[in-house]
Amino acid sequence: MAVQPRGKVTIDAEECKGCGLCVASCPPQCLELAPELNANGIHPARCNAHICTGCGICFYCCPEPGAITVYRMKAKSPTAKEGEHAPTL
Amino acid sequence: MESKSGISTIAATTVTETQSDARLPANPPNNGEAYEILHSKSTLFYDEYSRKAEGKKQTHYCPGCGHGLVHKLIAEALQDLGEQDNTIFVSPVGCSVFAYYYFDVGNVQVAHGRAPASASAIKRSCPGRMVISYQGDGDLAAIGTAEIVHAANRGEKITVFFVNNGIYGMTGGQMAPTTMIGEKSTTSPWGRRPSNEGYPLHMAELLATLEAPIYIERVALSDGKNIMKARRAIRKALEVQRDGAGFSFVEILSPCPTIWGKDPVAARQWIADKIIPAFPLSVFRDHAPEALAVKEVEPPQRSVAEVLGIATSNDGDTTHRAEFDHRFEDVKIKIAGLGGQGVLLLGQLLIEMGMREGLEVNWLPSYGPEMRSGSAHCHVCLSREPIGSPLVSHPDVLVAMNEVSLRKFAHEVVRGGVILYNGAKLPENISIAHAQVVAIPASEIADKLGSTKVANIVMMGALLEETECLAAGTAWSVLQDKVKKLDLLELDRKALNAGRLFIDEHAHIGALDQPDGFA
Repeated sequence: MAVQPRGKVTIDAEECKGCGLCVASCPPQCLELAPELNANGIHPARCNAHICTGCGICFYCCPEPGAITVYRMKAKSPTAKEGEHAPTL
Repeated sequence: MESKSGISTIAATTVTETQSDARLPANPPNNGEAYEILHSKSTLFYDEYSRKAEGKKQTHYCPGCGHGLVHKLIAEALQDLGEQDNTIFVSPVGCSVFAYYYFDVGNVQVAHGRAPASASAIKRSCPGRMVISYQGDGDLAAIGTAEIVHAANRGEKITVFFVNNGIYGMTGGQMAPTTMIGEKSTTSPWGRRPSNEGYPLHMAELLATLEAPIYIERVALSDGKNIMKARRAIRKALEVQRDGAGFSFVEILSPCPTIWGKDPVAARQWIADKIIPAFPLSVFRDHAPEALAVKEVEPPQRSVAEVLGIATSNDGDTTHRAEFDHRFEDVKIKIAGLGGQGVLLLGQLLIEMGMREGLEVNWLPSYGPEMRSGSAHCHVCLSREPIGSPLVSHPDVLVAMNEVSLRKFAHEVVRGGVILYNGAKLPENISIAHAQVVAIPASEIADKLGSTKVANIVMMGALLEETECLAAGTAWSVLQDKVKKLDLLELDRKALNAGRLFIDEHAHIGALDQPDGFA
């Protein structure tokens, strides 16, 4: 069984403008521009690989207010530190 | 919520978002149980940008534009500070003119470059609010240079976000004061030359020469690390304002991929390679507010009546005085005539009387080049309640000292209003059906008394008698205080009485059989 990724990213394909800043910024390179076009005729970004760490860098590089939502895995035990998986940005 | 560390901020965001799942994306991860939201759209943004004509889901900014990111950083900081419902956002002219499409806060959009001046006024009248001036470089560093310098120099307790991309983006790429040496634009097609266009303005450094600002920093949106620095700077600038410390200013070097002719990633890299060396990133000012504490002499607190020296005759009492029987909520009067007929003085006398009777008053002259042999007029408001606008567009009473004024303003008078006309009878070819017209040969009466100069006082007497808006006794006491020469005062007394008597003795001309609006 594959290890669950620490984070997940969802991208609203209709809000995304395909600028590619998130793709260029993602440290584990798990984002890419989709080959298909959206309703506005651009290639929206999408999360492709299961190596997302939930670092949130893509969120802070994206100029659209709501295009990217970043999730991270919940802390496994109550003793785990708050923000264990969060980046030291 | 108030922690400065990014991590606990994230936790706060998580709590908010999971409580209201209205904004969850359409396709959350399958195993939603195992994941929680780390970053998502701030609640400061509208769910949908309904003010936009089209594309209500996206901002209007070009792909890769820095404005959207600065919006996000401001929104996140305000949300974490809990100031959403306490914020007034002043948007400029430029690409970010439509910031009110996106921010669900109080919004004002102002004239080009004037955002710091408007923000100063808003902050001074609403000192408890968070007031943000958001400007680009054409707005702040060109047309609005005076406003930002003086707002900063006064130490206005506002926060200014200066989005600097070194170019006029919205209008198609003209040279801005912040355009770099050698940089091409549509108005510097061979590159900016210092000998012709001067050197780039460094606003952060310039403002840092002033004494009053508390916090000034320049940041850049060139990469993840610098974006995080920008995030901290924006948050700190807002905290400075929240704490009431003083003026805070953050300059943000921001990409404009469209005008720079680069793709968004290359534009971001260009900031790092070219712009940051020319506009170095630094904290230029970070003062503790007490560093500015200067012992100031408080001006004496005196009432307007005391300053004007009318406290003795009126006891300085500005509340409505019950002994005067004001049968109105408010009266709007327009007085018009030739320059020199005492039109403006008549208005001033009326408001002086209104003040002494405890009314709210306002007097607005409208003169200028018209005064020389042309018509002059003034607006007079008398009210039991505070007066909103000093303009009188539709007067209850028009005092027309000549025919030109009558023809010009008669149609403005409200239905059932009163028109007092200086003449023995109405001129030919004019019919006024909507108001009660009283013709008084005030100039002739004044001439017989000794001087045509007191025609305005004759009219005042007629106005008081006809409308009963103010007491004749008050008029006499005002005249006694204002007119220093005794022979003139005697003339004014006669004129006042003559005007009153004329109304008592003569029938109305062209009168309607309806109340005059005051009885």
